[in-house]
Amino acid sequence: MVIVIGMAFVTMVPRLIPVFIVDKIQFPNWLNGWLDVIPYAALGALIFPGVLTVIPEKPWIGFIGSLFAVLFAVFRANIIFIVLGASIAVFLLTLY
Amino acid sequence: METRIILNNQQSVKIKMVKKGFIAALPIILGYLPIAITYGVLASQSGISLFELTAMSILVYAGAAQFMGVNMITVGAGSIEIIVATFVLNFRHFVMSLSFANRTRPLEKKWKIPLSLGLTDESFSVASLNTKEGNQEAGGYFYGTLMVTAYASWIVGSFLGGVLGDVIPETLSRSMGIALYAMFIALLIPSVKKEIRFGYIAIVAMVLNYVFSYQWALAQGWSIVCSTLLASFIGTFMIKGRSF
Repeated sequence: MVIVIGMAFVTMVPRLIPVFIVDKIQFPNWLNGWLDVIPYAALGALIFPGVLTVIPEKPWIGFIGSLFAVLFAVFRANIIFIVLGASIAVFLLTLY
Repeated sequence: METRIILNNQQSVKIKMVKKGFIAALPIILGYLPIAITYGVLASQSGISLFELTAMSILVYAGAAQFMGVNMITVGAGSIEIIVATFVLNFRHFVMSLSFANRTRPLEKKWKIPLSLGLTDESFSVASLNTKEGNQEAGGYFYGTLMVTAYASWIVGSFLGGVLGDVIPETLSRSMGIALYAMFIALLIPSVKKEIRFGYIAIVAMVLNYVFSYQWALAQGWSIVCSTLLASFIGTFMIKGRSF
């Protein structure tokens, strides 16, 4: 339980501190611009190369699965459909 | 009479925002449930009590860190070592929280404090790409519902995994492993279609993350932090001014 509380503490503090920073300081424009594009960079870093580890011993399955997701998304499929579609694709590929 | 109509109106705006928040959280639920169940199963198999494994989901609420924590506990790592590793892995949420707090400046602190504690990779991504709802009247209700729904599904999933064990066949839960990646892709593509430079930023981040984590063997946490910061910084030179 000591470990759990320690883990909680070091996770919560970095999540919380920015609220107070933003409350106290007005950022210059260049910093606002930087923070504004962080979600797109974060998405990139979260997707790759992590997606290759979906089936760790067969990295290509995750890659093909993500291509399906891209394809569905390009054709404006609903996000739930994209998630399920990619999962089904991976499921079928693991059977193969 | 007139005030009552206005009050009713505000009430219905709030309800609408709660609904929108819940719908936005659906893909997160879909992704979280199988992972949380797997976590619950793994943790209970490692001899962690149901109380402790659920407490970890309630208090830590960070998937990758919880898997790592369970793994380190199993191999007998020291508590300081586990806590430091958790800090490194979760430090990326500092960057995300800073971006999110700055984006939601108009929100009051009583909203922003609990919202910041609910930030994960997934809730941050969904929230940041749905600022249209968030910036409207009662936007706090949108973000709040989104965060609470994701949080609840994570806790319920880990508890179920701990109680029931393997309820989902392994082939299925492995296939569902792509769910959150597919969600990230689904969030990214519409923005890229609107503004191709967002796509370039994401690709730069992917390449950097690959180089940092595979070539330089940097810890996963630092790798994501560094590639996110660097790619978005490079991105500011591609995008002049705040056009969104």
